[in-house]
Amino acid sequence: MAVTLNELKDALNLTELTASPDLSRTVESGYCCDLLSWVLARGAQGMAWITVQTHMNAVAIATLLDMSCVILPDNIQPEPDTLAKAGEEGVAVFVSPDNAYAICGKMWAMGIPAAAKG
Amino acid sequence: MSANERGQCPPHGTRPPEPSDQALRELHRVDAGDFSTAGEASASIKRVLRRMGIDPDVIRRVSVASYEVEINLVIHSFGGTMEMILDGDWLTIVSRDTGPGIEDVSLAMTEGWSTATEEVREKGFGAGMGLPNVKRNTDYFDIVSRAGVGTTMRMGFKIQ
Repeated sequence: MAVTLNELKDALNLTELTASPDLSRTVESGYCCDLLSWVLARGAQGMAWITVQTHMNAVAIATLLDMSCVILPDNIQPEPDTLAKAGEEGVAVFVSPDNAYAICGKMWAMGIPAAAKG
Repeated sequence: MSANERGQCPPHGTRPPEPSDQALRELHRVDAGDFSTAGEASASIKRVLRRMGIDPDVIRRVSVASYEVEINLVIHSFGGTMEMILDGDWLTIVSRDTGPGIEDVSLAMTEGWSTATEEVREKGFGAGMGLPNVKRNTDYFDIVSRAGVGTTMRMGFKIQ
């Protein structure tokens, strides 16, 4: 049974930073990386991506790859431009009190897999 | 090796045919150093392909390659353009910049090699993966560069 963004938000105690993204969207896989070229090479549609990159280019990558959401760990606050861009593009951006490792562990325990190798 | 030989490397794949008069063209300007608009050309190209109902896997490959090229223009060039040419079975993207040019293209195509500044690396770019990523996602790729003049890259994607 696929996990929706709404379920992910509740289970991980995430705070939604973007105004009214589509929270019924399903999360197909999870990923954690801060090297943007690496993410571009390995990102996938429906992915929940954990990163400390808070600038607009992270949103551009999430949009181009049709990811389901971006999760910022450790309560990191993104730049205002980033949220405006995410709102425009319809990308859900969440912030979590947990660190990246803990978020990965919780997502894995929920049954969210790693993406199949492209 | 002469400067001319260092300014190119063997093309990858079969070169798409020259576009016909019926080709759909879209030209995007990419400004040097402007990280805030980086990705807009790639997003626009993606929208066109989506509207046309192109295979999602092809769209993903085009998005990855075009974004890498676009961010390269922002980081490394004095500014340039990206032209999308849709014709028959092929989508071609040509990027052209006005310098500074790449002294040794084979080196630039080597994974892990980068001339990016510390500031660019902090943003998560400049890992030396860009051009290899571009090549991997294209059906055709060539690059010609002259130090002091500029760089032209041609990327071809079979869309049917």
